[in-house]
Formats: sequence, C-alpha cells, structure tokens
Amino acid sequence: MAAPALTDTHDAPAPVPQAPPGRTRRSLSDWLDRTAAPYAYVTPFFAVFAAFGLYPLLYTGWISLHRVELQTPDRREWVGLGNYTEMLVDDRFWNALWNTFTIGVISTVPQLLMALGLAHLLNYKLRGSAFFRVAVLTPHATSVAAGTLVFSLMFGRDFGMINWLLDLVGVHPVDWESGHWTSQIAIGSIVTWRWTGYNALVYLAAMQSVPTDLYEASAIDGASRWQQFRKVTIPSLRPTILFTVVVSTIGATQLFGEPLLFGGTAGARGGTDGQYQTLGVLLYQQGWALFHFGRAAAIAWAMFLILILIAAVNALVSRRLRRA
Amino acid sequence: MRTPRKGHPGRTAALLCAAVLATGLAGCGGDGGGDGQGSSGGRTTLNLGLFGVMGYEEAGLFKEYEAQHPDIRIKSTSTADEQNYYRTLQTRLAANSGLADIQALEVGRIREVATVQSAKFTDMSTAAGVKEDGWLPWKWAQAKAPDGKVIGLGTDIGPMAICYRKDMFAKAGLPTDRQAVAGLWSSGWDAYVEAGRKFKKDYPDRKVAYMDTASGLNNAMTASAARQYYDADGKAIYKDNPLVRKAWTLSTQAARDGLTAKLRQFDTAWDQGFSNSRFATVVCPAWMTAHIADKAGPANKDKWDVAAPPAGANWGGSFLAVPATGKHVKEAQALAAWLTAPEQEAKLFEEQGLFPSSTGAISASGVSAAKLAYFNNAPIGKIFGDSAKSIPVAVLGPKDGAIKDSISNGIQLVEQQGKSPEDAWKATTKTIDKDVIG
Repeated sequence: MAAPALTDTHDAPAPVPQAPPGRTRRSLSDWLDRTAAPYAYVTPFFAVFAAFGLYPLLYTGWISLHRVELQTPDRREWVGLGNYTEMLVDDRFWNALWNTFTIGVISTVPQLLMALGLAHLLNYKLRGSAFFRVAVLTPHATSVAAGTLVFSLMFGRDFGMINWLLDLVGVHPVDWESGHWTSQIAIGSIVTWRWTGYNALVYLAAMQSVPTDLYEASAIDGASRWQQFRKVTIPSLRPTILFTVVVSTIGATQLFGEPLLFGGTAGARGGTDGQYQTLGVLLYQQGWALFHFGRAAAIAWAMFLILILIAAVNALVSRRLRRA
Repeated sequence: MRTPRKGHPGRTAALLCAAVLATGLAGCGGDGGGDGQGSSGGRTTLNLGLFGVMGYEEAGLFKEYEAQHPDIRIKSTSTADEQNYYRTLQTRLAANSGLADIQALEVGRIREVATVQSAKFTDMSTAAGVKEDGWLPWKWAQAKAPDGKVIGLGTDIGPMAICYRKDMFAKAGLPTDRQAVAGLWSSGWDAYVEAGRKFKKDYPDRKVAYMDTASGLNNAMTASAARQYYDADGKAIYKDNPLVRKAWTLSTQAARDGLTAKLRQFDTAWDQGFSNSRFATVVCPAWMTAHIADKAGPANKDKWDVAAPPAGANWGGSFLAVPATGKHVKEAQALAAWLTAPEQEAKLFEEQGLFPSSTGAISASGVSAAKLAYFNNAPIGKIFGDSAKSIPVAVLGPKDGAIKDSISNGIQLVEQQGKSPEDAWKATTKTIDKDVIG
C-alpha cells in the first residue's frame, strides 16, 4: 500500500549531518551552515505562528478568565472559570454544540458520498474531462457570502425558487428559514454545494494513483465495475477518505459564515429560536453583537478543545488504519 | 532531530493553526477604512462614518459645503446595517484607530456611548455656532453625558405615522381618505389592530396581510410611552413595566390572529414584500418613507398614503459626534454643526424625508408644508410634525437598542415559530437578563 496521505514522513530516520571525527572545530561559516542554518530556515514559520497563532490563543485564554466588554476593554474583572461554568449550564451552548453536530452530519455525509461518486465518474475516459474537472471546482471558488446570499434567496418563503418549484408539483410552500430541520438542511446544502467538487478532485487524484494492474487482475478474475469500485478503489482510497473526513469535520466544527448570512437580520442569533446557531455563530453573537468578550473567549476555547479532541481521535484511527 | 520520534509535530502544528483560526478572536480587525486622514495639497480631508441612508450625499450637502470651504474635502463611508456599523465603531474605539473625523450614532446607542465612552468624544455644546435651544430639548438631553458634556448633535428624529395602501383598503371596504383612515384608530393601538381584523375578514386575497410585522407594532406602542425599558434612575424595568407587557400582548395577539405578514423588518423578504404588495400597512417613522418608496418601486406609486398614528411616538434618529482623537477636531465640529443647522435639516426633510430635530427647521415653512409625491402627495410636514409634537419625552437607557432587538425577536418566536406568548416572554426575559443586562 502506498504511504497513507495523513501519516507523516517523520517516521523514516532522516539523514543526520554529522561532522566527521577529528574535524569538530571548523570555521564559523561552517558552523553557521550546518548547525544554525536549519534553525534559521524554520524560524519564519515559528515566528509567524507565535505572533498570529500562539499569542492570540493564549491571550484568548487569558481573556476568557475575565469579564470584559468591548466598550471598555481596559476594565477587566477577574472571574476565574466563571465564564466556563456559566457556559456549561447555558442551554444555548448545548443547543449550538448539537446544531454544529447535526448541520455537520447533514452537510458532510452526503457531500463526501457524492464526491466519491463524482470522482469515480470523472475517472473514466471522458471527452472534455478537463472541463468537467474545472466545472466541479467552480462552486469552491465562489465566496461564501455570494453563494449564501443566492441560496437564501432560493430558499425564501414567499418568493424563493425552491418553494415555487414545490408549488408546481403541488407541495405546500416550506418556511425554510424558520423551521429547525428545514433551515439546517438549507445550510447543509450550501456547504455541500461548495465543497463537493473540491473533495471529488481530492478523491480523483487518489484514484489515479491506484495501480492499473489491480484493476486488470480483478477484471481477469471476473469482477464487475461495481465490485472493482468496492473491492479495489475504496480500500486504496481509505487514507484519502480519512483525510477528507477529518478536514470536513474541522470545517463543520467551525461553520460560521453560512448560518450567519443565511439568517439575514436574525443571522447573529442563528435564527429566531437559535434553530441553526452553531458554535461559531454563538461566539460571534456573544463577542460581536453583545460585546461580551470574556464569554466569547470561553466559547472559543471550548471550540479549540473540541478540535483537539477530534485531532486525537483522528490520530488513533489513522494509527489503527496503518496497522491494519 | 536526532532520533525518529513518534509524535507528528507537523500535523499538530497545522491543527493548532486551524484551531486558532477557529477561535476567531485572532482576526478582529475592521475593514481598514478611515484612512486618508490628513491634509494634502493644502486641503483638509474630513472623513465621515455613517450608516443607513443619512441623505447628505444624496441631497448634495457635501458638495455645497466644499464649495463654501475650498480648503475642505469631504469623504464619507456608509454601512447599510446599523448593527454592523456600531460593531465596527466599537472595535475602532477600543483600538483607538481607524476612526473617522465625524461618527454618526443612533438613538438606541446614544445613552451607552454617552454614559460609558464620553471621554472618547469632544464636547459639542462648546463648538462654534452651537446653541442648546437650537434643538428639541429631549433630543439635546439624550446626548448629554453624566458630566454635562454633550457628545453629539441631533440630526433627524423619527416621528411615526401609519403608511397604508389605499387600493387595498378600498378592496377591504375600509375608508381610503387619510383623515377617515386616521379616524379608524384615533382611539388607540387596539383600534388599529381591530381595523386589521375587519381587513382580514373582507380582503379577497389570503396572501395579503394587514400589517408587515408584529414587532413593528410592538416597537411603536412601546415608543409611545414615556417610560419604556428604563426608569429615571437608569434601572432596567422593562419586565415590570405594564406598558411593555400591554404592547407585547396586543402585538402577539395580532400575530396569532394572522394579521401580520410574518416578516422581519429590513430583511430581504421584507423588501420583497413591498415590491410584491404583500401587506397593507406599516408603522412608518419619517425616515422610512424613503425606504418604502425605494423598495415598493415606481409600480406602486400613488397606491401608498400616510395617515396620522394612534399615538405619537419616536423611532430612530441620529446624532453626529466628533471623536476626541481626530486630527481635525475643529474643522469636524464646524462641519457637524453645519450639517445639523436648520437650513440643512430642512433640506434633508424635503428631499429625503428625514424629520429635523432642529427647532428652527421644524418651524420652517418648507418643512411644515412639505408633501411627498410618492405617497399620493400626503402632507407629511403636517402629519409627522403633529406626531413629533405629541412624542413623549422618553427615558432612555444604555441598552435600549439591544433590549428592543431582543423583544422584537421574542415576538417573532410567536409570529414565526408558533410559540405561546407566555413561553416566548419567559424565554425573551431570560435572554435579556443574561445577555444584555447581566
């Protein structure tokens, strides 16, 4: 099996440059070149990461232990873990967490299945295959805002295209935005529309690296196309599928722009009843609509810990997958 | 690395980065506006941060001022949604950068800024050419900080009336003449809702609602009281105020009786409701007439009219404030004073429907005799002027805007989600206590 996409290459012992014996004290330039240079090369990444990654992360953690309002950022009141305990007993936090999960499932599962099917079709010899490959990626190149605004018009209650089509076949109009599941399905469809093509191309790239002799051998054994897909393609794609699942899960945990913009004036609440309020939107509401920075920071840290948890689960699964 | 390690530093770092992006607080900048401060070529550039449609550009006032002051150039940016505008303003105040020379403030926010952030603004009462008796006394007082500083000059106010569809009233067998229509509900808001019951019964098309939103009705009823969400001591009393409860009860009742189009004001669907004629009345402050004319479009011209409201009330209106850290405070104060002077406010009403807060403008003949062509030539100068006279001097509090938003949302819980008014009230007060007051 080819190296799984998600396993790193650090496992192989890297060639370690070592000074030959007896020549330990060379010129300064040699020392710079051999010992200091590698550190210099990696410094930019870590400097940028420290400034834009680590510092905000720690500062957010510090803020989360205070009561801070945006209007008076210099007035901070220490509350310890107060923001966290308050968050854990707030049913809106659990509502947002659950919504994040359900919208995540609604948007990720059909998306990846469709991407797999699409990739399989694109993998055939097609006339104008380059055109199709570019075409499936175009939604991904559209901005979240533009896509969401068009979708929210399509899902409009009174004058939306989808209700108009439903009306043509005799189905009563649906109030997409105000319903619990209907709004989540609408938002899920925006995410699916944007990301299916991207994942299809990832799968396609992995499919094209599957050795053709596997297919030939299975064809000789009399396997049908469907059997080939199930017994050859899918197992070869397993690491790639895991990769897309992880990336999609992280994306779903951070889902924010789509529900915010889909809701119009109620977007920052995640709908009148919070029916599509995700963790990202709750954070935004507390921080940027109500200006409670301490609470928003606590939610941000909760999201961070959830992502760490997902990363840990992923590490376990990929390790097991590698052993299998 | 000397020894092969079991960890995956690359991936951990990548996930850490992803997680940091998730925290969101990392990237909290604005859109980087407000540059171009300073003078170039001997001319001073003044930046204005505005929201909604404040009409200055449209009425040609900036050009006029520039012509009178060749050394001044005016640049303005306007954010359509006031919530987004205020959010950006607050981040800029916190960062103390990116502020414009003049910043507009909405009436729902003015008490918050005046009580908490007055140090960040200049005192407009001492600016050249500004006199306290130039404005309605309550408008002047709203911008007064506890230390006596006045942080903003009043632009417009929002006296309300009822905008209604003449053609729809005719079809429902209701009077169409604006005097007679006003007579339908002269006894109060209950009569306004009662007229709606008759409208619903007799109007041939089920798709057309009597009023746009229940929250609009609630908002108007609350605004016609002197004591609303706060008492004079600055204590939040919205929960125990019988008037707030009465407004809630009547508007949720109207929603449950199906008299509303179940919309949210300023949503796209609400705008579509105007252009597609989905409702017959809107409680409209003066500044909304321009919005209605714009959204309902030429096809519905002369179908709309304006009638006197059941009670005088104010909704909206703004102030112009000058941040203390600006580079051209004096020039900015002069411009703000000029823009809010009687002549300019009168012009803004005649051209944009923004009702003046300057006493000199209110009594100007052009204002009191003004008519609005789009609304069947309704004498808006008289209707809104009378409404303005009966506006009670309201007690405002720092979180008025946020409480109003939450209560509107609570009414939508009844209107759109079908909750019972009691459950929705409980949920709403809980949210307000937790999010706004607490």
